[in-house]
Amino acid sequence: MEEIVSIFIRSIFIDNMVFAYFLGMCSYLAVSKTVKTSFGLGVAVIFVLGITVPINYIIENYLLSEGALSWLHPGFAGLDLSFLTFIMFIATIASMVQLVEMFVEKFSPALYASLGIFLPLIAVNCAILGGSLFMQEREYANIVEATSFGLGSGVGFFLAIVGIAAIREKIEYSNVPPALRGLGITFIITGLMGIAFMSFLGINL
Amino acid sequence: MSLFSSQNRKLITTPLGKDNPITVKVLGICSALAVTVKLEPAFVLAVSVVAVMGISNVIISILRNGIPPRIRIIVQLTVIASMVIIVDQVLKAFVYDISRQLSVFVGLIITNCIIMGRLEAFAIANKPWPSFLDGIGNAAGYGGILIIVAFFRELLGSGTLWDYPVIEKIGLYNIGYENNGFMILPPMALIVVGIIIWVQRSRDKDLVDIS
Repeated sequence: MEEIVSIFIRSIFIDNMVFAYFLGMCSYLAVSKTVKTSFGLGVAVIFVLGITVPINYIIENYLLSEGALSWLHPGFAGLDLSFLTFIMFIATIASMVQLVEMFVEKFSPALYASLGIFLPLIAVNCAILGGSLFMQEREYANIVEATSFGLGSGVGFFLAIVGIAAIREKIEYSNVPPALRGLGITFIITGLMGIAFMSFLGINL
Repeated sequence: MSLFSSQNRKLITTPLGKDNPITVKVLGICSALAVTVKLEPAFVLAVSVVAVMGISNVIISILRNGIPPRIRIIVQLTVIASMVIIVDQVLKAFVYDISRQLSVFVGLIITNCIIMGRLEAFAIANKPWPSFLDGIGNAAGYGGILIIVAFFRELLGSGTLWDYPVIEKIGLYNIGYENNGFMILPPMALIVVGIIIWVQRSRDKDLVDIS
């Protein structure tokens, strides 16, 4: 239990997707003009990461990695399909996003209206594929740990994008040098936020 | 239309400067910045992206009349993912150390928005040869920024270039110069890109954000 909480906290603050690995930067920069929209995107990312990471964990451990297929037939113990990782992960993510979209549209039109356009965008969000690839690289012990990592990373992204959106709303009123306006200043602010987040490195979990 | 008509040359040259995918269109920053601590991995990633993008642009362009529009995103992702798998296997076979250093970022080429973006915006509607040039040009514009950022971060952060101890050879350490360890930390990549954007936009007023 302790391990699970510590993975969760770690992936929010220390290994933050945006500030430590620059994942999901495209949508982070494009959708962070107002707090409202970035809130929607953030929630959608938490949602999708929380679903795709455990599913990819199952695929990784029962289909792709070396000897993983031995549950099917002992003769498959020598098979190593790990070169198919990328294509499997991205296919899972794309189809899960589609499925989630249909599901939400059917059962919660209100949520669908607010997440709306963000769900399809998420299929090509680097943070989602990155979450699955990091999950693979760090070799979590069981599916609960992987899920907690997925949710934590999502919350980390959520915090980052809502934070930058709030700052950008205020910075509209400041006198930024013309050449830095918009994109330039957003990069530099993100850098500064990253430095602030680095202070969490000291936490011992 | 000849192979290198002025229109075709423009496909390669505009993404290098005025229409740069990173500093102007803000695409593909995702996988870019974390590998820029040193020049060597940045260079390897840049070359990989050029390869993936050139080839997948050509493939999509050849297939463009046969892909049903409704499922084109999945088709594009599959093509890109297959290319990335090939690149990943090649890297693992020939430059294993760098492949370890790049870790997940080779895989993340798949979701690099530049590639999807160019496939959607260009290759799906153009002939193979211009698509190839467009892919190479955009990937080179992306790689160029990657290498510039890596150059400054490695030089100022570790005092080396391509693992060659430049600062030490010049003898700057003897007169009291210290490496700036800050440059190695991830946030500095963002700030360096911010400064590159600043320099580019001060030189080219057309690019300034009016909003």
